[in-house]
Amino acid sequence: MIWNNWTDFWAMGGYGLYVWGSFGVTAGLMALEIFWLKRARQLALTQVSSALAVAETQEKDWRA
Amino acid sequence: MMQKLFHYASPQNFYPLAGKLWPVFAALATALTVWGLWLGLFVAPADFQQGEGYRIIFVHVPASWMSMVIYLAMAFWALLGLTFNTRLSGMMTRALAPTGAIFAFLSLWTGALWGKPMWGAWWVWDARLTSELILFFLYLGYIALTSAIDDSRRSDKAGGILALVGALNVPVIYFSVKWWNTLHQGASVSMTQGSSMAKTMLEAMLIMGVAFWMHAIAIALYRVRNIILVRERHAQWVADLPEVKAHALKEPS
Repeated sequence: MIWNNWTDFWAMGGYGLYVWGSFGVTAGLMALEIFWLKRARQLALTQVSSALAVAETQEKDWRA
Repeated sequence: MMQKLFHYASPQNFYPLAGKLWPVFAALATALTVWGLWLGLFVAPADFQQGEGYRIIFVHVPASWMSMVIYLAMAFWALLGLTFNTRLSGMMTRALAPTGAIFAFLSLWTGALWGKPMWGAWWVWDARLTSELILFFLYLGYIALTSAIDDSRRSDKAGGILALVGALNVPVIYFSVKWWNTLHQGASVSMTQGSSMAKTMLEAMLIMGVAFWMHAIAIALYRVRNIILVRERHAQWVADLPEVKAHALKEPS
């Protein structure tokens, strides 16, 4: 451990804004991408379900 | 071996494989990130020239590496797709692009935040920075081009050509610090001369590099599953998937 206390850690020797601005945006964008992906999976599943539902009704029409 | 490769070149076989693999890569990415951040933020000493400000390197270099590696991976899949006309190749190229664009952006963003205190400028038009900016635009161009063409085969083909031609820019980025007189410093890790950094700093940077790599693989595998689902939505094997059945029950459309 190289820091005397947490204040020193967050201050980063005066470079706090630059260091945390870098780490923060990196972490934020990575988290955002994971969130987008999870949402995209739900959307994909919904798209599949509706395609299946359409296929089913068409089949019924054809039988009738 | 070859037979196995061809087996997994079909979306139907690759979908479950990717489903099994992505959590492994995600777990590796998480563990390595924790280790790398610990080393980089709590163990590595301050730099004798840049003080604590140099710690940006632990996200800047891995993000920059990944922005180039992902583009090369896209070019690889594009070449495979254009040569063998395999459907999965185009999907893989597409699954990688948004992640590559994010890493290219992060490379520029963290670079600006590093350049300001060290050089006194957020941005300079030097060869390294400019070629990385071009890489970012290539990613955006690829995404725009492929999403503008509805027919997936044609869109994969057009995107594939862009990915291949754009790959010429990657060695330009890498060697820019050698070929031109740049404000950007030379390579921290060189294959011929070893590294110019202290051991813990180098370790932390390499661990973060591998962590970002694992993250990118996990993300690409997850995204390609989404793409496979949408493109193969009319296929019977998709209809038979347990997650599709569960979703249809949850939200009857």
